[in-house]
Amino acid sequence: MIYQKDTAEPSYLDYKGKYKGIFSWIFSTDHKRIALLYMFSILTFFAIGATLGLLMKFELIAPGRTIMSAQAYNAFFTLHGIIMIFAVVIPGLPAVFGNFLLPIMIGAKDVAFPRINLLSWYLYVTGVSLVVISQFTGQGPPDTGWTFYAPYSFRTAGNMLPAVFGAFVLGFSSILTGLNFLVTIHRMRAPGMTWLKMPLFPWTLYATGWVQLLATPIIGITLLMIVAERTLHIGFFDPTLGGDPLLYQHLFWTYSHPAVYIMILPAMGAISEIITTYSHKAIFGYKFMIASVLAIAFVGYFIWGHHMFTSGMSGTALYTFSLLTFIVAVPSAIKVFNWIATMHQGSIDLQTPFYWAMAFLFVFMIGGFSGLILGSLAANVHLHNTHFVVAHFHFIVFGGTGFAFFGAMHYWYPKITGRMYDTRWANIGLVLFFIGFITLYGPMFYLGFKGMPRRYYDYDEVFHAGNIVSTMGSWVLYSGLVIIVINLFASLKSKIKAPSDPWGGKTLEWTIPSPPPVENFEEIPTVTKGPYNYS
Amino acid sequence: MYSTTGIDASNFVSTFNTSFYFIAGISLFLLTGLTITMLYFVFKYNKKKHKVAIQNEGNLLLEITWTAIPVILALMMFYYGWEGWKPLGKVPANAMTVTTTARMWSFSFRYENGKESADLVVPVNTPVKINLVSLDVIHSLFIPAYRIKSDIVPGREKVMWFLPEREGDYDLYCAEYCGLRHSYMKSMVKVISKEKFAAWLGDTTTLAVATTGTTPGEEGLSIMRIQGCLACHSSDGTKIVGPTYLNLFGKQEVVTRNGTDVTITVDSAYIKRSIFEPNADIVKGYPKGLMQSYKGKISDADITKIIEYLKSLNEK
Repeated sequence: MIYQKDTAEPSYLDYKGKYKGIFSWIFSTDHKRIALLYMFSILTFFAIGATLGLLMKFELIAPGRTIMSAQAYNAFFTLHGIIMIFAVVIPGLPAVFGNFLLPIMIGAKDVAFPRINLLSWYLYVTGVSLVVISQFTGQGPPDTGWTFYAPYSFRTAGNMLPAVFGAFVLGFSSILTGLNFLVTIHRMRAPGMTWLKMPLFPWTLYATGWVQLLATPIIGITLLMIVAERTLHIGFFDPTLGGDPLLYQHLFWTYSHPAVYIMILPAMGAISEIITTYSHKAIFGYKFMIASVLAIAFVGYFIWGHHMFTSGMSGTALYTFSLLTFIVAVPSAIKVFNWIATMHQGSIDLQTPFYWAMAFLFVFMIGGFSGLILGSLAANVHLHNTHFVVAHFHFIVFGGTGFAFFGAMHYWYPKITGRMYDTRWANIGLVLFFIGFITLYGPMFYLGFKGMPRRYYDYDEVFHAGNIVSTMGSWVLYSGLVIIVINLFASLKSKIKAPSDPWGGKTLEWTIPSPPPVENFEEIPTVTKGPYNYS
Repeated sequence: MYSTTGIDASNFVSTFNTSFYFIAGISLFLLTGLTITMLYFVFKYNKKKHKVAIQNEGNLLLEITWTAIPVILALMMFYYGWEGWKPLGKVPANAMTVTTTARMWSFSFRYENGKESADLVVPVNTPVKINLVSLDVIHSLFIPAYRIKSDIVPGREKVMWFLPEREGDYDLYCAEYCGLRHSYMKSMVKVISKEKFAAWLGDTTTLAVATTGTTPGEEGLSIMRIQGCLACHSSDGTKIVGPTYLNLFGKQEVVTRNGTDVTITVDSAYIKRSIFEPNADIVKGYPKGLMQSYKGKISDADITKIIEYLKSLNEK
């Protein structure tokens, strides 16, 4: 590739390449355009998933039938789970913001394998389509839950194979993205950017890359076992063939628990960038932040069993998994302490992304603390599979990843689009989102404590009040969401152009124009200082 | 659910509470403390008041402190959870044994003397051991008031136990998603005095607690409750999963037999066949493979009683 030292190089948005119109996007190997491809796909799936959730909450406003049948409700929570987990939160931050910013933040022109990067997006779209289509092509609508637990999932017609095959394809997308990022970080850092001069967001992507690379193949093995069971009748999971349903749960969670860290680690990285930038102060305990990310990624492999405390594992397995679950909470706690310490004696600029970071900290702490309660064996026996668990993981996955995603969106929006958004509407949206979030998921802790199982289409009168509050919360949350998204789209036409460094950030993305030129850097920078050098 | 007499519903309420409130208490304290600290910093070090940040890249002593304290707290939390869990695995030798059979979408309970019941009737202050058997998919027996649950995994032998400490009726739910009627798969724990229980258990002439009258079909209804028929078949004309029993006996139905449609009349022979070979004739418009054979579980005499009940549902 010929690199021209042209000072007036067009931005990646204006660049005229070989292809025109939509093809200039779907055939582009530019990491920035691929990031936006992911952004639009993910937002589309997110809109579908959120609407399904809204309708489910409406159904639960009163006992008995409200707007849909039990069959429809079971199909809705299945699709909601599949779309939100596999198509939204797992790719979420790494594929959108990781793709856009990783090369820029480490001073590179692109990722190590730009074509594989585009291939990953195609695999992603193919995988999600397979999973969604498969749910409608078997006998009758989908109703297994996103966990596809055996043997129930084996009894519901032929949906199982294409669904897991879709997950398999998605897995390859994830593996290739992880591999791409790992190689990029190892090989393409700018001169002078030693490991300990790398910003925290790339560090979290590094840890995530390893999780993607090492944990995702498990879902592939599981697929092969399901194929062998369905076609050759080798009994792995189905007790009628002599298999063990618990083996399925082990394999499923061996991938799906580390997958939680694929979701949350980049979220932590984005929050670190936001807090340090608006505090105008170096991150507190930089090395400890890195160590805790690596510790979470490592220990995260060994705690999948806490999804199975009531399944019938041995006592030894139970207390080992419980102990490790408590241990993995410690590095998360260290991160929270360091984030708050970063604010101490800072000079805090209260911009929208900082509010998102504050909201993130609050809901992430609630999610984490409720996770401790669930990690306790004696408490888990009562709370497992109740709404308490639903509340917990929505606080972590939607509260953690979601708040960080929207925080990152508002933080890097000027860089990505070259425009500034309307702050007032952004803040109104955030406040509604936050209030709605707490009102929607807060009562679920109470409902779960009172004993309302999850995945319940109908419930006893004792659970009615909590459900009314929760449903009302869903309306507020959804309104906030609509305002946020409309504001961001409307602001694309804003007349206020973004400068290269609107917030006073110190990492490399703020040294290049907004939006960035095709090749990111006119000249690859030489790094001499740490990432958060405010002095 | 909550005690008004100071006596817990079961022996596991206190072990749950210790663990839950210990962790919840510490969590609430930390959540409040950290949130207030954050808000205070945001207020105090606002750009308007604090124009230049004072750089401070870290403090080793602080890092060690806020690593060590969470480690200690986490280990304590783990310990309480583990201690509270240990008794769950220690079934007392003098426990009364009940076997529960879970199927989509009902529970039934069988006692050592052969008595069967749709509700879990137990004497107060007597340890109860439950053998967990699933006929189809994974279910989970959950008694919220007792703070316990256990999955029921097909092909695996599992037990759970508890000590009911207070008389009364408590909800019993299925807590592992098992399909269409999952949220209706529920039953009751009825804790009664030891004397009443002895009388109830010894009375094997009636099949279930509910049976008192001698109206035609009453016994048939009891049998069907215990066998879980009513989870999928209504008696009032509503379509649940299978056909309704209302006006069923003597009706002409179109069924699919080996792929071809046949018109049959619902008579005694057909009912018996439907119970023993449920997938042989599938009524048009209903899915195949959902119902299991009840061969060996329901006797011919019981089927006669069931037919009595079905006849009683015919509107004149």
